[in-house]
Amino acid sequence: MKDDNVIIRVEHLKKYYSDHTIHALDDVTIEIDKGEVICIIGPSGSGKSTLLRSLNLLEMPTAGHIFVEGVDITDPKTDANLHRRKMGMVFQHFNLFPNMTVLKNMTIAPEKVLKENPQEVRSRALSLLERVNLPDRADAYPSQLSGGQKQRIAIVRALMMRPDIMLFDEPTSALDPEMVGEVLDVMKSLAAEGMTMAVVTHEMGFAREVADRIVFMDAGKILETGSPDEIFENPKSPRLKDFLAKVL
Amino acid sequence: MWEKWQADFQLNFIDNDRWLMLVRGLIATLQITVVALLIGVAIGVLVAAIRSSYDKNKDEMKRRGQKSYYVLWFFNLLCRIYLTVIRGTPTVVQLLIAYFIIFASSTNSLGVAMFAFGLNSGAYVAEIIRGGIMSIDEGQFEAGSSLGFHYVQTMWYVVVPQVIKNVLPALFNEFIVLIKETSVAGYIGIEDLTKMGDLIRSRTFSAFMPLLAVAGIYLVLVMGLTALDDRLERRLRKNER
Repeated sequence: MKDDNVIIRVEHLKKYYSDHTIHALDDVTIEIDKGEVICIIGPSGSGKSTLLRSLNLLEMPTAGHIFVEGVDITDPKTDANLHRRKMGMVFQHFNLFPNMTVLKNMTIAPEKVLKENPQEVRSRALSLLERVNLPDRADAYPSQLSGGQKQRIAIVRALMMRPDIMLFDEPTSALDPEMVGEVLDVMKSLAAEGMTMAVVTHEMGFAREVADRIVFMDAGKILETGSPDEIFENPKSPRLKDFLAKVL
Repeated sequence: MWEKWQADFQLNFIDNDRWLMLVRGLIATLQITVVALLIGVAIGVLVAAIRSSYDKNKDEMKRRGQKSYYVLWFFNLLCRIYLTVIRGTPTVVQLLIAYFIIFASSTNSLGVAMFAFGLNSGAYVAEIIRGGIMSIDEGQFEAGSSLGFHYVQTMWYVVVPQVIKNVLPALFNEFIVLIKETSVAGYIGIEDLTKMGDLIRSRTFSAFMPLLAVAGIYLVLVMGLTALDDRLERRLRKNER
């Protein structure tokens, strides 16, 4: 590797759907450094979720390579599940397990996948619940939680695996407006601790405040990347100017 | 009027201890049903597991060039043939084929009936369970994968508990159908509940009482199953709210 600090490198990634007319990803190349927070913005259908989901192999790219910590995860010989343990994923629709309590949602993967000591896992879960201000919801079922609470649980559930990278796929898009803040606060504190994060979001305020770098995508391509200042104050491509005019 | 009823009752159930025929018939019906149900659930789970793992994993296995893809493809094909044949032909015909062709040398008609009804029920159970698996949101599978679960772990810890709850009403419906479907067992000479009722009728030349008694016993059995279903569903629901 040229640069020891690069944790994810995406090279010429392409994703076509079966009819080959839609290019969900059209030759995307990008690097993410360790500890960096990048926000991916763009209109819907621009391929930003597809890019994020490719990093976790929830989408299989048609061509190109993704190196995570130096390993080519697009290689058919790579064990996708082994790789996914190191990446936490937070979904738009939370995807908590409705048949388990909050605590069980958090402890099951470390216990069953990492084979960690249940006692130790439990106390780690309880301290994470403390951290997201939900210490009294350990025994609740997901159906008893509000959207914002669900998403905070989903974040700490992912953190239970001690991931090196956290992926967020529109984490606040399914929330009532008054619950967006509580979720973004958790993400901000995570970023402040130095977690490597890739966030697909429509929250421009969050992107501006927290991102080290912003990636603007349209029609499956990365059109522009830069610091929040560069992107928001000094957009170059007309497509980005147009997009910002609509969302800001 | 009342005396005629009394005489009818005496003739059909008390004389020659004919009520014992109904008891023996009921025992045969229950034996066939219980064993067929167990066979059906076993086959159903297996077939549903093969069919849905093939559907969910075929692309990934093909991409990684795994040889197990072809094994799974083959078993999936077998399952589909089984489902098509079983669901495409009448139960009675299957029972007759099992008795007079497949197990022509066997004299154990009760065993043949258990096998035939079990094989038949398995096809319906399989599709009920597969439907239950398919109805689970894709996000649940993705969340499982993203936590590092492999497919079987995701199924076992996340999907199956939800599927059980979702398919319970349909599954009990299938059990109810199965109980009543065993009434054709008389075709291969089994003296099940229906056959016994009919035998009483043919000996006493009085149809009303024996046939209504038979109908009443089936009704009670099915009501028992329905009550069990209600209790199970309520118990499972309590878990989630």
